[in-house]
Amino acid sequence: MSVTELTTSGPTTTAHVVGRVEEIPPGEGRTFVAGGTQVAVFRLRDGSLHATQAACPHAGGPLADGQTDVDVLVCPLHLYAYRWADGASTSGAPPIRLFPVREVDGDLVVEVQPVEV
Amino acid sequence: MGGRDRGMTTVLGGRLDGLTTVHVDDELDTHDRLVVVGNGMAGARLVEEVLERGGDSFRITVFGDEPHGNYNRIMLSPVLAGEEHEDDIVLNSHEWYADNGVTLRAGTRVERIDTAAKQVHADDGTVTPYDHLVLATGSYSFIPPMKGVRDDAGELLPGVYGFRTIDETRAMLDAVGRCRRAVVMGGGLLGLEAARALQGHGLQVELVHAAPYLMNVQLDPEAGAILKRSVESLGIAVHLDVFATEVLGGDRVTGVGLADGRQLEADLLVVAAGVRPNSDLAVRSGLEVQRGIVVDDQLRTEDPDVYAIGECAQHRGEVYGLVAPAWEHAKVLADVLTGADPDAEYHGSRTATKLKVAGVDVAVMGVNTPERDEDEFLVISEPRRGVHLSVVIRDDVLVGATLLGDTRKVAFLTQAFDRGAPLPEERIRLLVDLSDGAEEVGVAEMPADSQVCNCNGVSKGDICGAVAGGCGSVGEVMDRTRAGKGCGSCKSLVKQIVEWAADGELTEDPAASWYVPGIPLPKPELVRAIREHELRSVSAVFALLAPDGKDDAKSKMGLTSLLRMIWGAEYAQENDAKFINDRVHGNIQRDGTFSVVPQMKGGVTTPAQLRRIADVAEKYEVPMVKVTGGQRIDLLGVRKEDLPAMWADLGMPSGYAYGKSFRTVKTCVGSDFCRFGLDDSTQLGIDLETRFQGIESPAKIKMAVVGCPRNCAEAYVKDVGVVAVGNGRWEVYVGGAAGASVRKGDLLATVDSPEAVTTLAGRFLQYYRENANWLERTYDFVPRIGLETIRAVLLEDSEGIVADLDAGLQRSVDAYTDPWGQDGKQPATPGQFRPALPLIPLPKVPVR
Ligand code: SRM
Ligand SMILES: Cc1cc2nc3c(=O)[nH]c(=O)nc-3n(C[C@H](O)[C@H](O)[C@H](O)COP(=O)(O)OP(=O)(O)OC[C@H]3O[C@@H](n4cnc5c(N)ncnc54)[C@H](O)[C@@H]3O)c2cc1C
Ligand code: SF4
Ligand code: FES
Repeated sequence: MSVTELTTSGPTTTAHVVGRVEEIPPGEGRTFVAGGTQVAVFRLRDGSLHATQAACPHAGGPLADGQTDVDVLVCPLHLYAYRWADGASTSGAPPIRLFPVREVDGDLVVEVQPVEV
Repeated sequence: MGGRDRGMTTVLGGRLDGLTTVHVDDELDTHDRLVVVGNGMAGARLVEEVLERGGDSFRITVFGDEPHGNYNRIMLSPVLAGEEHEDDIVLNSHEWYADNGVTLRAGTRVERIDTAAKQVHADDGTVTPYDHLVLATGSYSFIPPMKGVRDDAGELLPGVYGFRTIDETRAMLDAVGRCRRAVVMGGGLLGLEAARALQGHGLQVELVHAAPYLMNVQLDPEAGAILKRSVESLGIAVHLDVFATEVLGGDRVTGVGLADGRQLEADLLVVAAGVRPNSDLAVRSGLEVQRGIVVDDQLRTEDPDVYAIGECAQHRGEVYGLVAPAWEHAKVLADVLTGADPDAEYHGSRTATKLKVAGVDVAVMGVNTPERDEDEFLVISEPRRGVHLSVVIRDDVLVGATLLGDTRKVAFLTQAFDRGAPLPEERIRLLVDLSDGAEEVGVAEMPADSQVCNCNGVSKGDICGAVAGGCGSVGEVMDRTRAGKGCGSCKSLVKQIVEWAADGELTEDPAASWYVPGIPLPKPELVRAIREHELRSVSAVFALLAPDGKDDAKSKMGLTSLLRMIWGAEYAQENDAKFINDRVHGNIQRDGTFSVVPQMKGGVTTPAQLRRIADVAEKYEVPMVKVTGGQRIDLLGVRKEDLPAMWADLGMPSGYAYGKSFRTVKTCVGSDFCRFGLDDSTQLGIDLETRFQGIESPAKIKMAVVGCPRNCAEAYVKDVGVVAVGNGRWEVYVGGAAGASVRKGDLLATVDSPEAVTTLAGRFLQYYRENANWLERTYDFVPRIGLETIRAVLLEDSEGIVADLDAGLQRSVDAYTDPWGQDGKQPATPGQFRPALPLIPLPKVPVR
């Protein structure tokens, strides 16, 4: 997959095109790499896009394999749920990191902090 | 007892001299006259209850033939034992009656009732009119016919006592100092208490009981035997199964003669051989008396203005000998009399008693032995510790419990008994707290930091915190803390703690009856709505039936399963509504890889199959190859992206080891090879697995077929277990389990052909699919529905649905396709097998 650096928004984040919207079936998530950071991007059935860290903070579960609804993402390993709104766990796990994500002409654009070298 | 400064004639709860009560002139008072005969536990409580209901509309007169105020009769045992002072057992003193405007005629015996004139005649010659009359005359000690027990005047021989009143108790206390040896007649509650009390005063005590074991009314023989050991260990000699026939001694007791010729030396004899209701007054007055004074549900005798309560009353054939029913009588009657609830009715008491008998804790309720064939009877007997616990369960309802020596579970049992509360599936939890080998402590005593849910590391303190933080139902607490959301084995403990922490403040969780949390409908209604509106996809169900049309991640898997059951091949597939296992047809592992378990029907394989598995394992560098508990081979640690290619190379169908679906049929070698085999269990297992392969269900379904009752493939503990019993006959068991729960299956039927097994198993499977809650295994489902119901439905077609069940199952059988063959060739969604976590180092599963 070709990762194109697109624009920078503000001093701390960089926007990356990670793939096409069609690569994510409705309601599901897929893992991408954005500027060296792994992100899980979800396309909900209402059309909204969300991007989170890829590994579950609880025990490293693959969040992209989780299930979703309009409020939460549920990790497939131990079913901890995390809110889209703020990344907080509804059941006491540490929160997940959220990344801004948007669609530009069918491209998925995710903003992440550049990986320090 | 030394130091007692009052004479025997002191009136207990008496008034100071000189006080009188001023009464309004009777003629001017238009209030109804309420007259109560008997100032014991029931009579006095009635007066209290009437006053509480603002009973100042009555002029109340109470007759008591004891001279005292009202005292707590059940405390006479500690008084006799010297543990309690008589002054401390007064409930209502003469003062109290005066203060409340109640006329107490203590020391006055009512002789006769003139129901026509509505007057009572007392032994002091007075005549008292009434508008309402309540008889609360209690019982008297029954003195069995024994030679020499009474003197010429008909009085008990000096040294012989009943044990019913404070005066008798005082008399005994007065005598103990002069006596050495006591015999107690009667091994019931009162006799044991008396024996223990007297022994505490230094007397040598022997107890004579006519029945073969102690407390035979409340206990079963084994419990009685254990109690005997406990009593004997106190130093009290116990003689069972023998009558005392004679009281020896001319003008005072010197001994007791037994029916078998033995003579026991005694200078004090307590007769505690049962009580009889004081009903002579009612008999004399022409009221109906059988065992007691007969009353209806409003405690009314056949005379509309005369009532009877307490031990003298007989209600629906029952005469009670305990205080709790007497108090219930008083409540209901007060409601009726005062008009607080003119329609109040008494429907009998479920008597549950907790006592300390002779230093031993005893709690009894309901029946003490099974009475019907189907009654469940659970007994834990530890004679050495003096502990004997038993429960009797009928149709899933607790109908009796006996706890001897250990009454820690009495609170829960009393509730279950009183309210018919649901019982734990593992019946043993009724009697002991199982904390899986760890300490057995009640919820209250558990330390706050003790771990309750091992799966999610939730402590008792966490649960209490959630309750304190506002969670009002078990479901909310489980959501908040995740307790009980792992293997689920701690759920009942979680529930107990929540109930304890909430202390009665729990709200009923409406979601408890819903099939999935996101749609507020129980399963039958949900199914109806789905059919009616032809909802074929999970998103369509949410759109129409969820509040605000909102989807819910945790409901999706259950809905997918339900839709597939309802629509078979016509269900509209949506991959996001599936759990990851069902999206990629493998079970996700802790490191995000998957396991591959090919179908191996009945556990039978071939060298060719094994060779292929071996080749595939090498080719894809499978970290572990393992024989499973389900009689097949598991290839563990497979990368998601390798799945389709592996399936193609294997050329074997999916074994569905990941789904909430039919899994495997374990078999034994059966008649082909085994010298004990009665029938071809292997073939039947293969046939069953072929028919039911891939069928989704509310939870896993596992089956087994064995060739004889030696049960080598564990058929007794499967969701459906089939056992060959010879002559072509097969037993079909359902609802067995040997996972997180262990339960022997219930015998559904014995049938006489493999085809009949297949049909019946299929019918059961479909009935379960249509009626079980999401994730409810058959080991919960079968007891919830009840074996009788399931039998009636499946064997006698009591609901006329058998044909539909057969058709419904057939639809699913016809809709079967092997997911590996399907998705392997043509992915269901883009990136279906794309790695989800390829880059980050993860906790690695060790490779063997
Ligand atoms: C592979 C196997 C263990 C083994 O190495 O032998 C196994 C492995 C798992 N079992 Fe099992 N069970 C296996 C036989 C059993 C058996 C024995 C049997 O089937 O005869 C039982 C007891 C029978 C029963 O089902 O009640 C069993 C009772 C459970 C339970 C407890 C279910 C219950 O309600 O009592 C769970 C937990 C659950 O289902 O929620 C469970 C869950 C699991 C899961 C699926 C846990 C999970 O969700 O990841 C394990 C998957 C491991 C993996 O990654 O593949 N497994 N498990 C066995 C596969 C059998 C097969 O060929 O299909
Ligand atoms: C030693 C002892 C221990 C007990 N322990 C327990 C226990 O632990 N738990 C339990 O549940 N129960 C216990 N009981 C039983 C309990 O005391 C009775 O069930 C309860 O007292 C019944 O109440 P009652 O009002 O019907 O009868 P009573 O309390 O006997 O009251 C009846 C009253 O009516 C009077 N009376 C009778 N006839 C007349 C008349 N014609 N005119 C005027 N007055 C009359 C009597 O003198 C008596 O005072 C115990 C009983 C005894 C004796
Ligand atoms: S295979 Fe079964 S018993 Fe073993 S760890 Fe997994 S769930 Fe537990
Ligand atoms: S790893 Fe995600 S919930 Fe445990």
